[in-house]
Amino acid sequence: MKNRRANFLCCQMLLCPLIALVVLLGHPAPGSPQQKGTKEEIFVLPGDAGRSGGRLVVSLRGEPKTLNPLIAADSRSREVIGVMQADLVHINRATQLTEPALAKSWKISSDGLAYTLVLRQGLKFSDGQPLDADDVLFTFRVYLDENVHAPQRDLLIVGGKPIAVRKVDSHTVVFQLAKTYGVGERLFDGLAILPRHLLEKPYQEGKLGQLGTLATAADQWTGLGPFRLKEYVAGQRLVLERNPYYWKSDAKGNRLPYVDELVFLFVPNADAQVLKFQSGETDTISQLGAENFSVLSKQQRGYTMLDAGPGLEYNFLFFNLNDAGEKTSPETLRKQKWFREVKFRQAVSAAVDREAIVRLVYQGRGSAIWGLVAPGNRRWGNEKLAHPARSLERARALLKEAGFSWSNGPNGESTLLDSDGKTVEFSILTSSSNADRAKMAALLQDDLKQLGMRVQVVPLEFRSLLDRVTQSKEYDACVMGIASFDADPNSDINVWLSNGGTHLWNPSQAQPATPWEAEIDRLIEEQMSARTFEQRKKLYDRAQEVLAENQPMIFLASPNILAGAKNSIGNFRPAVLEPYVLWNVERLYLKNGTENAAR
Amino acid sequence: MSARRTFAKWLVVLGVLHGIVVCAGFIAPYDPVEQDRKSPYLPPMRLHLADAHGHLHTRPFVYSLRLREGSFDQYEEDTAVPHPVKFFLSGTRYRLLGLLSCRMHLFGAENARIYLLGTDAYGRDQFSRLLFGGQVSLLAGLLGAGITLFIGLCIGAVAGYYGGWRDSLLMRVAELFLALPWLYLLFALRAFLPLAVSPLEAFFLIIAVIGAVGWARPARLVRGVVLSSKERDFVRAARGFGATNGYLLRRHILPETSSVLLTQAAILIPQYVLAEMTLSFLGLGVPEPVPSWGNLLSSLQLYSVLVSYWWMYLPALIMVPFFLGYLGLASSLQERGEAYKIEKSSLGSLT
Repeated sequence: MKNRRANFLCCQMLLCPLIALVVLLGHPAPGSPQQKGTKEEIFVLPGDAGRSGGRLVVSLRGEPKTLNPLIAADSRSREVIGVMQADLVHINRATQLTEPALAKSWKISSDGLAYTLVLRQGLKFSDGQPLDADDVLFTFRVYLDENVHAPQRDLLIVGGKPIAVRKVDSHTVVFQLAKTYGVGERLFDGLAILPRHLLEKPYQEGKLGQLGTLATAADQWTGLGPFRLKEYVAGQRLVLERNPYYWKSDAKGNRLPYVDELVFLFVPNADAQVLKFQSGETDTISQLGAENFSVLSKQQRGYTMLDAGPGLEYNFLFFNLNDAGEKTSPETLRKQKWFREVKFRQAVSAAVDREAIVRLVYQGRGSAIWGLVAPGNRRWGNEKLAHPARSLERARALLKEAGFSWSNGPNGESTLLDSDGKTVEFSILTSSSNADRAKMAALLQDDLKQLGMRVQVVPLEFRSLLDRVTQSKEYDACVMGIASFDADPNSDINVWLSNGGTHLWNPSQAQPATPWEAEIDRLIEEQMSARTFEQRKKLYDRAQEVLAENQPMIFLASPNILAGAKNSIGNFRPAVLEPYVLWNVERLYLKNGTENAAR
Repeated sequence: MSARRTFAKWLVVLGVLHGIVVCAGFIAPYDPVEQDRKSPYLPPMRLHLADAHGHLHTRPFVYSLRLREGSFDQYEEDTAVPHPVKFFLSGTRYRLLGLLSCRMHLFGAENARIYLLGTDAYGRDQFSRLLFGGQVSLLAGLLGAGITLFIGLCIGAVAGYYGGWRDSLLMRVAELFLALPWLYLLFALRAFLPLAVSPLEAFFLIIAVIGAVGWARPARLVRGVVLSSKERDFVRAARGFGATNGYLLRRHILPETSSVLLTQAAILIPQYVLAEMTLSFLGLGVPEPVPSWGNLLSSLQLYSVLVSYWWMYLPALIMVPFFLGYLGLASSLQERGEAYKIEKSSLGSLT
């Protein structure tokens, strides 16, 4: 869950550029702005041309925390930053392959260690300042500076050494890696190129982290994305306007983006989002639950609902396998004896009715999963991974082998006892704000009851849940979900590696606690530096097998990506990768004669 | 006289209603936590007398419902086989009144399941959950009211009878209790408790909390009655004959409070049932899958349930007869009390 989206900072240089900017803001120039000097190398996108103008209103689940890519950690901030910033090489959310962005081309040296990127000529930031190799150099200097604590830093350390960046000429940059890196140019996706002219001074003063609050003045903030800051109304909305210098155009030569304004409405929860969409206040909706999707589908009025197919989210149950040493209460130690028993975890996995989860929680709009690679990821899943059907007999046999036994109560209900004759009972945490996972936990509770386990479901507010799982480590088991941001294994690296922060069953270990965790670590590290897809796939397949054998996470189900948009929205093509609907925001347009000014 | 008759009428109504809930195991066809995963959000089944071919049947019957193709919550009737409703069938084991282990159920169908009030998200029978949920909610109301009245009686009697600093202290404490923001305190309290609370612990916790919260009002009422009756002639006379404080309270003063207490009970019980429902609705009550009326309603927090499945509202309606019963009882009790008072005061004016 490392954050990689990036963005710009607020400037403190005022005066001269500002005056020019104010004039510009007053009269947003339609089409391409005046050009001087070098010719702009615009990225021409194929496909149907849209119509310019209008306003697109979308909802955001609450206020973003920041516009600053150097500190953004929440998904809301990343979504907003995603439309205000641009990266060198971008992963096309529809094809899941890389495509040129700010860099028009790139070359990887024969030893796989040097990446040469050539920037487009004549590009400008949204405040009209030109982009060149110095901005790129500055950007990576900031990301790699330990004092900045940018979340992007981890991704730029390859083979234990930070990537070295060298300028060849004003539009060519070479990235030198210490070790081959399997991820290749995907590495650049989401790394926003920052405006040196705005940020260099605050950087030298060490104030970068304080920049980019939502209250930043529109002329103090800039980026290379399709939209730029216009207005922020606390608690209500964030209004972005079209970046007249944006570097993409459609096949007919119309400069993108099509819409003049993009409005993010802050809507606190999923149900409110549905209501806003239903009443026509917002134009698109994404991250929909299956039940709300079917409600909207049933009463379609001027909008289209789309099931984009399996996504990259995986939901799972895991047990507390932390070794908290002397701090562990005797009760937790007793329970951990069961949790550490691999046959116990395998038995739980065998008893889970995944089909029922897909049916009851996702109304069939989802898939049962047995591994971390969700079905939306077609390249990296291990097809040989077994998909055993639910079998209570197998579960009981496994428990018996592990020394568990049953006692029969007066009403015919059986209770599972461990080898010391103690009743097997534990609690499962779920996030109280996520109805889907609460439902999964209730189904698990009933599944495990049939094995004689006494399970209680404890809904907790998400923050305190996360605190228990990663900090205090006082819990028995927990149901959680993670959505990978990219199809590449790289995006789940912190789940795989034993020192990762989202290696949830036992996070941030100094040394791998078990031999199989050590093996996964080795496989994943090797996979990272393997050069061909085939080599990487082989290693990654093996890692998936080790995970499936040991079941530290018991995978449950993965939902489809569900979205909807008004019929008046053109080019609406939701992808299964984040940001599901806004990935092609520059190409979304309002069809002829439709005006949607609703707020 | 008519007051007495209405009183009896309400008592019978309440008796019947509570009887149904107490015998939930017998009347409900299924186990309230049993999940029928093939039938989530199944709408209430219709009882038929005439089948699809127009033939009349002597016994009412149901058609089982199946999912419409390609849908996950739209059902259609399978009119091929009618399933007649059978009475006194053997089914899942339950304990009548918590003691007797039985298998006999009032009604059911062979080879099919009857969902009179539909099912919830997990395919659990709403009708069975409603009845079993009533056991939790009503018991919470009754026990909570009992605790409240007991505390209120003790504190009110002490404050009213002994007076002085004890009176001031207790009444200030009562005011404090009336002023506290209970719901938020409860959230805080829940945060301090261990993570997983078993259903039984949670149940007693709720009872303790709602019981302890409401004592201030009955205590004040009791205090008022005690204050006035301790100066009555027969009390003074008894004291003059050397009666002790305990004897006076027990024989002469507390019996005077009975009509106030009974009226309070009839008002408090539905209030406390509602309190339990509120707490469970907010997730502070008995944990799933144990049913209570508040738990049943908590699924209405989701917009999709709110607009799609009308039968999920039924638990809200079930309270209506109970509340009417209790409020009717309260008002007839009050009438009786007043008639009694008028009688007495008119007598008093004669002498």
